[in-house]
Formats: sequence, structure tokens, C-alpha cells
Amino acid sequence: MSYSVAVTPRSGWKMKRCREAFGDELVRLGREMPNLVALNADVSSSSGTRKFEAEFPNRFWNTGVAEDNLMAMSAGLAATGKVVVASTFSVFATAQPYNTIRQSIAYPALNVKIFASHAGVTVGGDGATHQMLEDVSLMRGLPNMRVIVPADDLETRLAVRTAVKQDGPFYLRVGRSEVPTLMPEDYEFRLGEAVELQGGSDVTICANGQMVVPALEAADLLRHEGVEARVLNVHTVKPIDREAVERAAADTGGIVTAEEHSVYGGLGSAVAEVVCETTPVKVARVGTQDVFGRSGEIPDLLEFYGLTQKEILAASLQAARPDVQARIRKSSTLMAVIEKARPLRPVPEQYAA
Amino acid sequence: MPSPAGPPAPAAGREGAPTLSTSTGASQAEVGRLKELARELRRDIVTMVFEAGSGHIGGSFSATEVIVSLYFGGVLRYDARKPKWPDRDRFVLSKGHATPILYSTLAHAGYFPHDDLKSFRRIDSHLQGHGHMRYTPGVEMTTGSLGQGFGAAIGMAAGLRLDGRPSHVYVMLGDGEADEGAIWEGAMAAAHYKLSNLTAVLDRNGIQMDGETEEVMAHGDLAAKWRAFGWHVIEVDGHRYAEIVPALTHREKERPVMVIAKTVKGKGVSFMEGNPSFHGKPPTKEQYDQALKEIEAGDIGG
Repeated sequence: MSYSVAVTPRSGWKMKRCREAFGDELVRLGREMPNLVALNADVSSSSGTRKFEAEFPNRFWNTGVAEDNLMAMSAGLAATGKVVVASTFSVFATAQPYNTIRQSIAYPALNVKIFASHAGVTVGGDGATHQMLEDVSLMRGLPNMRVIVPADDLETRLAVRTAVKQDGPFYLRVGRSEVPTLMPEDYEFRLGEAVELQGGSDVTICANGQMVVPALEAADLLRHEGVEARVLNVHTVKPIDREAVERAAADTGGIVTAEEHSVYGGLGSAVAEVVCETTPVKVARVGTQDVFGRSGEIPDLLEFYGLTQKEILAASLQAARPDVQARIRKSSTLMAVIEKARPLRPVPEQYAA
Repeated sequence: MPSPAGPPAPAAGREGAPTLSTSTGASQAEVGRLKELARELRRDIVTMVFEAGSGHIGGSFSATEVIVSLYFGGVLRYDARKPKWPDRDRFVLSKGHATPILYSTLAHAGYFPHDDLKSFRRIDSHLQGHGHMRYTPGVEMTTGSLGQGFGAAIGMAAGLRLDGRPSHVYVMLGDGEADEGAIWEGAMAAAHYKLSNLTAVLDRNGIQMDGETEEVMAHGDLAAKWRAFGWHVIEVDGHRYAEIVPALTHREKERPVMVIAKTVKGKGVSFMEGNPSFHGKPPTKEQYDQALKEIEAGDIGG
């Protein structure tokens, strides 16, 4: 069941870090819940647990650079009745301790919330080793695990609160950099329900995380040229909002997905699975095209990896039903932008020696 | 789950069973009782694995006397009628493949009907090949992939200490398991957090799946390694109750205790002892019959 929310007008957007919003909310939750504990693996000051650590030193454990132990200890603490928040950078929160999460957290469905920061290419200069683009795929494949990709600081705050208050394992991932505060002050977060940020019946753009803003920008350009795009913020990748996706397919006849993640296994896959099963329409996926990241400035990285409104427009042209495609083609403005888009397919030369 | 009213529940063992006096060592009668229990458990173990057609006998037999000491030697505080009693001690089998000894012990302790053992590894059974805390009462942690139960036990000890509970956490590692990097992450952490409510037992049987541990991945001086990581280390003969029980009840003020139990893989059946091929292989019918005879005639524990 999706629902509509009016995005904060652009003039009111402030730049905030989701990981800081997480840290602040964790402290508030810590005051409300004596059984809430937190752990980190030597990135406490960066991923957002430092304030909790300062206020509740007895309820915080730093495992050092030891992510398997981070997750195993989290499981053990949960087994004694604690609500556990384990936090580190997304690559170290998923890829490194994957089997520990699998056996010790997901399989016994223990009450551990994995909060990962520094997801995606927007990590910047650290490069591919630290730019996690497969984490949603890894976590989505685990039974009992729910996966949330918040779009801004407010959504992060509400998502953390939801995950902490609900029993069982969760994975939340945010980026390192500042993002605009687009969700309105009175926004109500509902787990597993897509949020319609803009209505439309010509094509649907499903986006989450940092890609919600370019999705809105692309929708603005489309509207200016007479194409009404529906924009859904699909913050919960698992469980996916099947109904919202099916309705989008039926109402608009074409779906674009956009995420700061590989096109394999993340939001694009989750949406495509639903669409293929019940409401077949074209789906075009914007994301990283089966490649690793690289060092760079954030705007350059987003350009390089095709994570901009250009690719969302190109994907719209690809996925939209024929009459909408014709309208897009007629617009020289849109076509000029689309011509500059990166290809929406894996780049085979990446495999060359 | 509320705590039971009145004084703390006793170490349950079996109804009315005497507990080992740890200060004076084991009396002969008590040791005799434990030996007989261990015989029953070994019979259960070999039968479970024979019937299931798969399962881990060798590492169950090496761990038998330690686990018998924990559950029936007056060491572990538990109440099988209240498996979730918050103040209970915890036992985590980090070498999670040794479920035959864990399940047979839990059945004898009264956590579930002894008949359930017949269903080991079957499609309709709660007794998974590797234990699951949500399926089987008395299984404190889901284990099987090596190296993880240890960290979970550390988390449990931290959580129980935070709550001011009197509970002590025991965790058993295999020596092959000590190849895992996560073990050494945990070794550092438990000492760093000064977890005096944690006792680890390393089942030092010297055999892992591919052969002798010193051939596959040499551990060298394990006692020195654990000492260097900040643990209090006690080395015992892992098949002698008089050594095991005092080591398990030993407490340090500000550090965890590591009991290195020198054991024999497949202990109690001549052709299984020290034989890597009985790590995870079931016996043939002839081997099964022979094993039962040897277990019956065996006298382990003194």
C-alpha cells in the first residue's frame, strides 16, 4: 500500500548527513530503551555511534577492526534480550562478516539492526575497496532480513526508529556524503510501503537513497515536456511493496528503477521480479553496471557511473509504453539530455585483462 | 520469562542427583555415576549417527566428559523445565557439528523427550544436523559454521554482566575451529572487556577433517597463545572428571578462563580413536555393533 507525500519545496532543502541523523536518533532511542545497546568496529566516529558511546559507555562495545566478532557479539547480546544496533561502513558491515550475519543473526532471526554508512560510489576518494555496491543484494538474499535504503536524514531517523522498535534483523544503508532534506517534517515512515512523491500515469520511476533527488529532477524535466512520471520512493527493498509496483506497472505501463547500487540484486531486481511475475511491462534499471567503483569527486563519480537524471531519462525512454516514447522522442530538450547518458547495460570491456 | 520464585534454582542435573563437590574433587560414587551417564550418551551418539546415516561421532566422543561434567557434574546452573530462565548459565557449542553429544545430553537433562533423538537429521525433526536455538530447547545459540559461536558467547557474557545477572557463559571450541580468524578476534575482545563470567573449553583432540591439526594447520603452543591474549589458561586431561570439574568452576577476577582439554577424537571406541575418517562419517553395521560393545565395556573418566 503506497501513499502520497508532498516533497519539501527545493528552496527549503538543507544538506544533512544521514549517518549523523542515525547517531542522534540512536541516542534518543537509548534514552527511551534501557535494553538498547550498540556496537561498532573502529569507525564509531564516522558511522554515527560516537554520541551513543559517550552517553551510554556501558552499553557500547567497540570490537576493534573485527567485523566477524562485531556481528557474532551482536547475536550473543541479542540472545540475552538486548536490542542491538551494530554499525560500520557498508562493505565491512556486509561483505566481510556475511556468513556471521547469515548464521548467527538472520537464521535465528535475532534482534540485531545493522546500520551501515558509506554505501555506494559517493564514498569518493577511498575508491572501490570502500564503495559498496552489492550490499543490498547480499542482505536481500538472506531470509528474515529486512532491507531499508533511506533517502535523507529524516527518513533515516524514522527508519532507524522503526527497525529498533520492531523485532528481528534489519539492514539499513546510507551514504557518506550530505544529501538534501527532501521529505517533509510531518513525514510518516511506513515499513514496506513505497511513498509516492509525485503522481503521474505515463511512466514510473522507483528510486531510493541518493537516487531519489535525480529521480525528482528527471520527473520535472519530463513534466515540462508533457510527460507525467510517477515517482516512488521505495525505501524498503525487502519486503518490497508489491502492490505499489504492480499498480505502477498497470497504471503507467513502464518502470524505471534508480539506485546507488549494482543493477544486480538490489531495488532494480526486486522491482523486476514483481513485474515479471504478475504485471509484465518494460523495466529499465539505473545503477552501477556490474562494475567496481573508483576514486574521484562525487559529481564526477555520479557522471562516470551513470547515476544522474540523464540515465533516468534514458531509462524512461527505454521503458515507457510506445505513445510515451513517441512524446519523449518529439522533445528535442529531452533527447539532447538522453544522448549524453551512459549506457544502461554492463560494460564488457571491464572484463578485459 | 519471569525468574522462578524463591532461592536460585539448583544445578539441575538429574532429579535428586548428587552434585560433584568441586573443592574436594570427585568422590568415587559421583565419578561412577558420571561414567555411567557418559556410557549412555556415547550409546545414544553412535546410534543417532548410525540411524541418521551421517553425523559427527569423533568430536562428540572427545567432548563427552567435558559436557557430562557441565550438565551433570554440578557445574552448569540450569532448569530443563524452564529453558529460558533468565539467570541460567549458558553453554554454547561453538563446534556446532558435535550435536550428537549436545542433543543426547539435553535429552538426558530433560529438555525434550529422549525419543526425539531417533529423529536426528530427519526432515520432520527439530534436531538439525547443526543446532538451532529456535528449534531445540536448551540449544543456546545457532552454530555450525565454525568461529561464530565463540563471538556469540562473548556477546552473551557482556549482556548478562550488563544486566548484573549471576549467569556464567561456557563455550566449547574445537581445535580445528581455532584456525578461524574470528576465534582470535574474540580472544582479544573477551580479555579486553575483562569478561570474568566467560569460560571457554578448547576440545584439543588434535584432529580436524583433513587430518592431524599439526599437519593441516599447526597450532603450536596453544596455552601460550591464549595466555598471550590475556586469558587465564588451565590445561586438563579432558577425559578425567577430577581435573575437568575444578577447571570449569575456576573463576578469575577480571579475565576469562580458557580450559584446554586434552582429548582423544573418537574416545571410547578403539577403531575411531584418533581416526580422522570418523570426523563426519557414520559407522557400518558391523562397526556400530562393535562400537556398542566397546562403549559398554569402557571405563572412561577416572
